[in-house]
Amino acid sequence: MTQRAAGAGDELAERRYEPVIGLEIHVQLKTRTKMFCGCELAFGEEPNTLTCPVCLGHPGTLPVLNAEAVHFGLMIGLALGCEIAPRSIFHRKNYFYPDLPKGYQISQYDIPLATGGRLGDVRIHRVHLEEDAAKLVHAGSSGRIHGAEASAVDFNRGGTPLVEIVTEPDIHSPQQAGEWLRLLRATLKRLGVSDVNMEEGSLRCDANVSIRPAGTATLGTKTELKNMNSFRFLERGIEAEIARQEEILRGGGAIEQETLHFDPATGSLSSLRSKEEAHDYRYFPEPDLVPIAPTDEMLARAREALPELPAARAERFERDLGLPAATAKLLAFRSELGDYFEEALAADSADAPALANWVTVELVPRLEDEDPFASKVKPRALARLVAMVSERSVSQSAAKEVLDVLAAEGGEPAAIVEQRGLGMAGANELGAIVERAIEANPKAAEEFRAGKQKAIGAIVGFVMRETQGRADGGEVNRLIREKLGA
Amino acid sequence: MSELLELSAAAAAERVRAGELSARELFELYRERAANEDLGAFLWVADEAPEVPADAPLCGVPVAVKDLFCVEGVPSTAASRILEGYRPPYTATAVERLIEAGAPVLGKTNMDEFAMGSSNENSGYGVVLNPWDRERVPGGSSGGSAAAVAAGLAPWAIGTDTGGSIRQPAALCGIVGLKPTYGAVSRYGMIAFASSLDQCGPLTRDVTDAALLLRHLVGRRDPCDSTHLEFPGEVSLPGAESLTGLRFGVWGLEEEGVEPGVAAACRAALARIEELGGAVEEIELPYAEHGLSAYYVIAPAEASANLARYDGVRYGARSLDGDLTSMYERTRAEGFGAEVKRRIMIGTYALSSGYYEAYYGRAQKVRTKIVESFRAAFEKVDFVVTPTSPTVAFKLGERTANPLAMYLSDYFTVPMSLAGIPAISIPAGLSDGLPVGLQIAGPPFSESRILDAAHALEQAIGFEGRRWR
Repeated sequence: MTQRAAGAGDELAERRYEPVIGLEIHVQLKTRTKMFCGCELAFGEEPNTLTCPVCLGHPGTLPVLNAEAVHFGLMIGLALGCEIAPRSIFHRKNYFYPDLPKGYQISQYDIPLATGGRLGDVRIHRVHLEEDAAKLVHAGSSGRIHGAEASAVDFNRGGTPLVEIVTEPDIHSPQQAGEWLRLLRATLKRLGVSDVNMEEGSLRCDANVSIRPAGTATLGTKTELKNMNSFRFLERGIEAEIARQEEILRGGGAIEQETLHFDPATGSLSSLRSKEEAHDYRYFPEPDLVPIAPTDEMLARAREALPELPAARAERFERDLGLPAATAKLLAFRSELGDYFEEALAADSADAPALANWVTVELVPRLEDEDPFASKVKPRALARLVAMVSERSVSQSAAKEVLDVLAAEGGEPAAIVEQRGLGMAGANELGAIVERAIEANPKAAEEFRAGKQKAIGAIVGFVMRETQGRADGGEVNRLIREKLGA
Repeated sequence: MSELLELSAAAAAERVRAGELSARELFELYRERAANEDLGAFLWVADEAPEVPADAPLCGVPVAVKDLFCVEGVPSTAASRILEGYRPPYTATAVERLIEAGAPVLGKTNMDEFAMGSSNENSGYGVVLNPWDRERVPGGSSGGSAAAVAAGLAPWAIGTDTGGSIRQPAALCGIVGLKPTYGAVSRYGMIAFASSLDQCGPLTRDVTDAALLLRHLVGRRDPCDSTHLEFPGEVSLPGAESLTGLRFGVWGLEEEGVEPGVAAACRAALARIEELGGAVEEIELPYAEHGLSAYYVIAPAEASANLARYDGVRYGARSLDGDLTSMYERTRAEGFGAEVKRRIMIGTYALSSGYYEAYYGRAQKVRTKIVESFRAAFEKVDFVVTPTSPTVAFKLGERTANPLAMYLSDYFTVPMSLAGIPAISIPAGLSDGLPVGLQIAGPPFSESRILDAAHALEQAIGFEGRRWR
């Protein structure tokens, strides 16, 4: 009996689990003004300077919907392949908190702006519009409301337009969550509707996480993770939560439905509220607003505003330019990098895969700023350099030196090659060096003549050292063989 | 001086326009009366007459404003202790339009706290006495505005009507009160009670004054109120003397609870309608009898959210007591009166998960049915006529212990609010020396026609309503 029980325990302990993850993303829209009033939107202003009676929730004030926010919402819905609701409505979500001046948040509930859609390998459940809460500043060591000595409210952020994007639970690993969020971020950035900065909070991601025995189809009890304000924290938070849930299930326990707060400093998760403590938000239709009924003109305008999106761009890079998938993605998901690459490609006759490789492998580590256009290396200059490598007028390693100079000082690659004598060694020069190399390596020369192919390596090495990389390996090989009469 | 008091607002404006009266003198006359009144009608009175442009159409005839309207820098409390000391940083659109038209604010009038009540006894700042009988209520919630106009403390006033709050006090004080079509007057700056029902309108001595004041309340779309609608054309000043060709559908006169004196006064008014050439017939209004039940779900539900902002964080009263939750609880426990708390609790309950469909969802269905009832009625008749209130003004304290009896005061006015249609109350006569109101309702945006018919009837009835001393 005891043995059997232990056996069953082992089985439980060794069971493999599959994580099931869905994301809820809040995106602050980069509109000129707030969602329901005329206050300007800006980040980093003096607290409570961008406010008015409406966004402070004064008695008698009424919300008026921001048309630009609707336009951005429609763009996002269309970009994610969603169906736009012919008539969506706002609801009031009721709860008390000092960052919520009206005592309710105006959000969308059962009839959101857009539903159903897909981005990459993840289906989109819904996209809706709402307003952001104000920002609480807690004095005291904890930085959170619990244990704070005092709290102040900055209403500048209150009423910022938000789009909430909810995915289906189609994600199965922390890495996939991170990668997909990067794709979403790139897509939103490309749309130009948000700054999508996770540290500044213009892109915020919550994760719903559950696990189930691998190979089964039912969903386990999920928990909601909040406060993961970077890609790394998102992956770490989900990883920690999967580990926590696995440990509970392996120990024979049950997962409790709750909301968890991720502490990036310690990597730990603490409970914010349990299912019993969950709010009853008492949603009801917002009587102060009329439904959003997008006209054909509004939809056409949103459609026309859509640029080529990262997923499509990556596909085009791969298909039309022959870039490897990973490079194509890298360039497409960082849209400035993609733009830089395309500008360089248009500027010279450089080979696309080679140029892409130079941008992603060589240029990126040399960038001081995220934005490649801010670098001293002009797209045209990089393209010329890559073309020179292809034309064999400069070697790979010399070209890297040229790039160093370009990054530090700017300029034209040809002039730098000329100034610094980094061009390929000429035929006469190379011939002389090859002769010296053979003289310096009589043993290797003899062995090679005797048929030992590998022996040529020592002679080639000598030449390369002498030319400091300004010689083409193939050409050097050819010359040596010629001199040795092979 | 007393001769000036006899003038209707429209007549006073004419005098000023003709140069026979100075706007300043008129303002000072009423300012003096409002500042020294003893009915409890005013919560705040202006210090001095503001400058009014010479060509302003309302010629400086001052208006009393229900304390539900925000006026920049002026105490605006909705008669609630929770807003004690609050001075808004902006002015309501309705008030701004009247100021622009040349009707400066005379003062802020008392009311039921947050417009919740039918007797003005729910004010956080004391009751208002009915100038017809000082032991009786003026009605509510715009009780201060109604009493002020009836007692000659103001030439005219604005109030708000959510379920009868203009019409019922107008009836109980023997004056004219009009609730316009929902959306006709901007709600921006009107402290919200039930957003889908609240509507601003005039309380005046006669029908012509109501039309004149309404003309300047409505108009172009207010960009600050998404539910505001541009008024179709200008409100015409009434001039009809005959009701020939018009059909009046009577509803509710036989209902249990209508006082015999009220029914008699209404019947007399119906006889006048027929004398003027109008056709009177009984009509059915299916579901209207359930109006009150639906109203007392929808209005408290919306109120429970609208009043959540009074939390002590940003403005108004704050009772500090330990942590955040205690601050919320004490601020609201001390700041709100009993009726307001009752409605917040009803509304919160009705919206709760698991009860929403049974209460809020069903109430909205009843509301839709009532809209359809009126639509069907207006295919047969031009106007629907009812008593405004089932009773005349009741004694102070008579119904305070019985909220349901109090709610029944609005039995006849609530259906029109739910349907969003315009309705006027005009004095029909007296019952035991107390005024009886007759309500005339029409389809959306039929204000000019309602006013015209009401004017003809008003002339025929010849009600003598001046109650000032």
